[in-house]
Amino acid sequence: MPRETFAASFDNLARICEFVTTVSREAGFSDADVYDVELATNEACTNIIEHGYPENSGGEIECSVEVDEVGVTVVLKDWGTPFDASDVPDKDFEVPLQELGPRGAGLRIMRGTMDDVEFEQLPGEENRTTMRKSR
Amino acid sequence: MVETTQVEKVDVVKTTGRIDSHTSPELKEAFDGLLDQSRYNLVFDMSEIEFLSSSGVWVLLETQKRCRKRNRGDLVIASANDNIIKTLDLAGLMHFMKMYEDVDSAVDSF
Repeated sequence: MPRETFAASFDNLARICEFVTTVSREAGFSDADVYDVELATNEACTNIIEHGYPENSGGEIECSVEVDEVGVTVVLKDWGTPFDASDVPDKDFEVPLQELGPRGAGLRIMRGTMDDVEFEQLPGEENRTTMRKSR
Repeated sequence: MVETTQVEKVDVVKTTGRIDSHTSPELKEAFDGLLDQSRYNLVFDMSEIEFLSSSGVWVLLETQKRCRKRNRGDLVIASANDNIIKTLDLAGLMHFMKMYEDVDSAVDSF
């Protein structure tokens, strides 16, 4: 299973995305599916960098991509503050434009592009974000 | 790199490649520079944007909020590809954004 570890910084987002898109493309996924995987991975990594690690803390993200006949699974491991999805409010788009805020958009994109998104905190070990998409 | 071009009362903003949390601050700076000069009729030419994340969406939303305040202008989108439209849709912002096929029709909308 292809696996690579990256420094958790915004300037690595393009490299992390290139890693998952290359594996997905080589496995025969459509351009639209490859973009979905890229989008979800970008949002998940952005959450980890922004909320999981204090700035310049030297944190890492381990990214692995597994492909089979059913689909693709992206697993991101980090060792920062765990992400609590239940803490993110459901977005209300009925509010006027001037009152709309940014929170929740990333999570909504992850759930909209992948069939399954799961956040786990393994006690004393890493946090794990697992995202699956069927062919 | 973000380029801006003035077409009479409208400013066209263009950049290339990815808009994510690494690159969106430069885009925000370009929009803020125009808004600070009271330029509120903006077209964002997305013809060469390959990737748009939620942080980019947020820059567009914040810019649009400032443009539309007191009905003084708007930010409209030109030449967005299907992937970009998908991001805007997933983020729930399609009904806030006016989209045009190309820059000329977006400029003509003002």
